[in-house]
Amino acid sequence: MAEPVLAIRNLVKRFGGVVATDELTLDVRCGELHALIGPNGAGKTTVIGQICGEIPPDSGSIAFAGADITRLSFAQRVKRGLSRTFQIVQLLDNDTALENIALAVQAAQGHSFRFWRNARLDRRITSPAHALLEQVGLPEDRGRVRASDLSHGERKQLELAIALAPNPRLLLLDEPMAGLGAAESLRMTEVLHGLKGRIPMLLVEHDMDAVFALADRVSVLVYGRCIASGLPGDIRADPAVREAYLTEEDGH
Amino acid sequence: MRSKAILALLLAGAIALPWIAEALGTPATTGVATRIAIYAIAAASLNLILGYGGLVSLGHAAYFGLGGYTVGILWEHFRLNEPFLGIVPGTAELLITFPAALLVGGVSAAIIGALSLRTSGIQFIMITLAFAQMVFFLFVSLAVYGGDDGLSVRRPNEFFGLNLRDPATIYWLSLGMLVLWLWIMGRIVRSRFGRVLEGIRQNERRMAAIGVSTYTYKLAAFTIAGMACAGAGALWANYARFVSPDMMHWTKSGEFMIMVILGGIGTLLGPVLGAVALVSLEFTLSGITEHWKLILGPILIVIVLFARKGLMSLFGRSGSGNG
Repeated sequence: MAEPVLAIRNLVKRFGGVVATDELTLDVRCGELHALIGPNGAGKTTVIGQICGEIPPDSGSIAFAGADITRLSFAQRVKRGLSRTFQIVQLLDNDTALENIALAVQAAQGHSFRFWRNARLDRRITSPAHALLEQVGLPEDRGRVRASDLSHGERKQLELAIALAPNPRLLLLDEPMAGLGAAESLRMTEVLHGLKGRIPMLLVEHDMDAVFALADRVSVLVYGRCIASGLPGDIRADPAVREAYLTEEDGH
Repeated sequence: MRSKAILALLLAGAIALPWIAEALGTPATTGVATRIAIYAIAAASLNLILGYGGLVSLGHAAYFGLGGYTVGILWEHFRLNEPFLGIVPGTAELLITFPAALLVGGVSAAIIGALSLRTSGIQFIMITLAFAQMVFFLFVSLAVYGGDDGLSVRRPNEFFGLNLRDPATIYWLSLGMLVLWLWIMGRIVRSRFGRVLEGIRQNERRMAAIGVSTYTYKLAAFTIAGMACAGAGALWANYARFVSPDMMHWTKSGEFMIMVILGGIGTLLGPVLGAVALVSLEFTLSGITEHWKLILGPILIVIVLFARKGLMSLFGRSGSGNG
């Protein structure tokens, strides 16, 4: 087996008396879509925050593409090929969809200490931006709409396009389906399916249909602790998982 | 295109102003216009960080004063024929004093920025204010350069044989510098750097998520803004032929901020409009009553409440920052 693209070892994070991440060990292998599920408050977003560098862990280590990144900043990790989306979308609301993507394309091309040429007319930025817009299934004319005027589903798609701009070596997806309607959710699933195999992904998601349609492997997080990890079929059948999570979810 | 024609017309009017003032028998207008042009450079430089970068600096006048004092101190040492700190000879050449002012402004902004930008929000406002007050009190206590009383620059700098004592000449020089700075700033805000700066204002977390280390970009913008403001201060020293700690008092920083907000925050020409409005309001209102600020206050409140882009809102979308 090849070396995992992301290797989390004994990660611990406490907030006061609450243990949000409890000795978590997790691998994302090359090419796989790894789903991280768990009930509300299980600490999934805290894990994503620690992987991307927004939340410093108390102990443990995170290795990405063979190098220890535990002490690197968010931006440094992104430069190494880590990219994420947010549960609550983070966009430049005054800018158009295309401008949002263009800025991410620009950032992926190295430093921005270029003070003279008009960035909006720079084809090295605008043409990849158009391609990314298409890749996530947003129509051309929506690209010229201000991000704040897009629908919730479109904003989720836009954020995915932004996350893809740096050609990431690992994509962290924090609830990409949250708040989406059935049709939008299906479209997002299709887009992610298209990316599968090309980019390894760690998917945090509550939509179990999407998880079991997409995931190669599933890990279950409860109270910051990984209680099970394996193939989707095995996880679905695991009695401990059913006890902690799936039955409760079925009850809705 | 129509807005370009209007701009060209306005510029032509601005160039012709000294002759018009002469013809109308109000030569003092040229001096007022010079003040407006110089303040507009300072306000526009603040707008680069405040309007485009979202960095609320309440100590921007420090660089205005430092630029002015660079000219003043170099003049003083030239007059006494005694090198500054025993090494730097004094000079009255604008071609030396002006770049020197930019250098002093840039280096101080880089140092102050490097420390202040580790904070954000209210803390950033307070720390920039604190640094500016430190510089202010430093010059108040520097008795060799006049302390509280300031420093006279008896003769304006030499510049290609032009007589900068002539009100029209110093006006044209200031106007030219204003146009030059607006042109440079217009390029900067549309460049890759400018896009990053605007992104930082809108959502710093998003910028980190696309791999931008925001600190260095904020520091670069802070430094550029400090340099431009020091350039305005150097012009002021030549126009007023006097520099004093008042140039860097925190109320001066406040005035620059009012110009930016009054004229249109995050727009290229807004600060110019703000400078025109504030200086002319002061000029006319102070003629009516000595409590003119009582009238200015409500005007400011109305504009801030009803026009997010200040006076630039009057000109519709064509004048907006993204244009």
